[in-house]
Amino acid sequence: MFFLRVSSRNFAAKIIMRKEPVQVSELKADIRNKTFDEVVLGYTEEEALEEASRCIQCKNPVCISGCPVGIDIKTFIKQITEKDYKGAYFTIREKSNFPSICGRVCPAEYQCRKTCVLTKKGEPFASERAIQIHFLERFIGDYGKKHHLDVPSEPDKNLSSFKVAVVGSGPAGLCCAGELARKGIKVTVFESLHKTGGVLRYGIPPFRLPWEIMDFEIENVKKLGVEIIPNFVVGKTKTINELFEEGYSAIFLGLGAGVPSFLKVPGINYCNIYSANEFLTRVNLMGAYKFPEFHTPVNVGKHMIVIGGGNTAMDAARVALRLQKLNGIEPNTTVIYRRTEVEMPARRLEIHHAKEEGIKFEFLIQPVSFPGDEKGYVKKIRSLRCELGEPDSSGRRRPVPIEGSEFEMDCDVAVVAVGLGANEVLTRVTPEIKTDRWGDITVDTDTMETSVKNVYAGGDIVGGEGTVIEAMGMAKKAAYAILENLSNKK
Amino acid sequence: MKIIEKKTLSDVSGIKLTQIEVASPNIAKKAQPGQFIVLMATEKGERIPLTVVKKNKEAGTITIILQEAGFSTKLIGSLNAGDSLYALTGPLGHATEIKNFGRVILVGGGVGIAEIYPVAKSLKEIGNHVTTIIGARTKEVLILEEELKSTSDDFFITTDDGSYERKGFTTDVLKELLSKDKYNVVYAVGPIPMMERVSYVSKEFNVHTLASLNALMVDGTGMCGCCRVTVDGKTKFACIDGPEFDAHLVDWDELKKRNSVYTDKEKHICKLEEATKNAKNSKDS
Repeated sequence: MFFLRVSSRNFAAKIIMRKEPVQVSELKADIRNKTFDEVVLGYTEEEALEEASRCIQCKNPVCISGCPVGIDIKTFIKQITEKDYKGAYFTIREKSNFPSICGRVCPAEYQCRKTCVLTKKGEPFASERAIQIHFLERFIGDYGKKHHLDVPSEPDKNLSSFKVAVVGSGPAGLCCAGELARKGIKVTVFESLHKTGGVLRYGIPPFRLPWEIMDFEIENVKKLGVEIIPNFVVGKTKTINELFEEGYSAIFLGLGAGVPSFLKVPGINYCNIYSANEFLTRVNLMGAYKFPEFHTPVNVGKHMIVIGGGNTAMDAARVALRLQKLNGIEPNTTVIYRRTEVEMPARRLEIHHAKEEGIKFEFLIQPVSFPGDEKGYVKKIRSLRCELGEPDSSGRRRPVPIEGSEFEMDCDVAVVAVGLGANEVLTRVTPEIKTDRWGDITVDTDTMETSVKNVYAGGDIVGGEGTVIEAMGMAKKAAYAILENLSNKK
Repeated sequence: MKIIEKKTLSDVSGIKLTQIEVASPNIAKKAQPGQFIVLMATEKGERIPLTVVKKNKEAGTITIILQEAGFSTKLIGSLNAGDSLYALTGPLGHATEIKNFGRVILVGGGVGIAEIYPVAKSLKEIGNHVTTIIGARTKEVLILEEELKSTSDDFFITTDDGSYERKGFTTDVLKELLSKDKYNVVYAVGPIPMMERVSYVSKEFNVHTLASLNALMVDGTGMCGCCRVTVDGKTKFACIDGPEFDAHLVDWDELKKRNSVYTDKEKHICKLEEATKNAKNSKDS
């Protein structure tokens, strides 16, 4: 495997143009779009030092206010400039359990980089000049991985007799499990799928988050003594009450965002219309891109259309294009979104990568139906053009369909990435756990405790789809509340 | 997840039915009639949903019956007692509602016969008058005849080729019964065309009818939407909303089409398998 460094800077430019952000190395678009290898290669030490040196170390580091868990960004960047990478690692670890993961998947341009003083005021997302905090975090995370750094356990003798159950092995569950195990609590994680990692495994493609990174973090959690039981659906295999009866003192629910939403338009159930969850699960979790070596199939079309504007839509589109390449089909994948590029909730980096790889974008389009053939397969997508109206409850301008603007595009595989609703497998059989009108679990936001005593929740099942780091923030909060509660019991 | 016992129930005229008893204490404790499990034969395998046919709480085992029709079911069938499944999850889906409906007709076709057995047993135990109609292509592929006979007040068998009992379809018997007597519920499990025909027949007589849908699935826990079916004009997920639905409201045509979406891939993987086998055989000889 060879790759080309996209960044080309010479030494002189480095000195004069010190304020220019250091570009990160990436696999070239025409090479990477037929593999599932990681696209972003990360900073070298030299690059990290140079980027860190751009940070002006504000007196009032507003970047920190943009981080959902409040990582001391100013300090860890300072530590990088001092080559104290170990120190930087532990600064991040005070707040974030998985820097290698967050450094790869955090939507930094909407968070820390957006509040960075180098971002122009009023911009919808970070300016290019903002410090590349996420790449620095990734550099430090990977440094920690390479040097086997880990936060030492501080087992508390008073807590060692307690058992806690964690439901779901996604970012929230793993984080909560790790926090508790470090204090000496015996933690069991129950995972419904056959593999660990939750959305990191089935949702995020390996070209964005290699399995090796995830497996490393999972191994670390296991090393703390956490037992992970796959193929176990809490609510079905065993109920919450049965777990309590088995002696678990507290239960943390990191169930994740569950059920995919579909457009309510005629033809939505035609063959080859996938939810993004199904499409990505087939490919990422089940290995359908290696069919027939892996036995789960996925259908690849000549005109693949992805509907939606979020990160999941970007992942689906980039997977679709790779599948076309791998199957010898002329790449033709289009993302259609009902607003414009500015309103897309996806990371700017992912949009940029998708474009580089050859994905087409069509904006201000709202599908109205999917015409199919007599065998039940989708053939086209019929849509209306839109224009932007007044801002809606999300603050973004609402797409207003233009009457009489209907048109058709060829489409033999469609992937619907328009969001997820709550999965109610557990809450349906545990009605005492209160949910909101969307089916998400309601919690005391100080402790993350649900309406049932000793049952806590965090991640996407609380408040809907969010980010890995937000899930982690909630999981940590729950873990601290559980620890405090158990300490008082002794 | 260890296979305790494997039995070939029938292997004639291209229909191979295999019964597997597998250790799974948790599922054995929990499974109710109508529920299913999802299993993977190997790490590279597909996730396959199958109905729990029997459970043995004491021994901690469950029994499943499958028709070795495609690549993945053949792969499961190639495992033997002592082998372990790579993954086994469940019990999933809603259980069949078991209450005293009064007079119930159960219709089972092909491997679906296996699935009506636990339902028949439970309905009988709770006091229903149970009529069972089972059908198969030919005599040798009929399964669970004795078991079902013992749990039924009335019992009928049809074979497509007339090789055993009555020649014809289960729906022929169903129609006669419904025209003669009053029944409260019809419950059908089998190939989609059979369930569809049952639904049309019972609709004429306005008898509430449930069918257990065998939609394709991946996770089986509501996460992917692969198993979506249209019931009463609304999209439902067979895995978490079902697998049983009011048969009169199911869009059967859509289900048939959706279940055939990977036919080409199936041919491809089977052909490859055949080619590998042939290559291996020629090398061996």
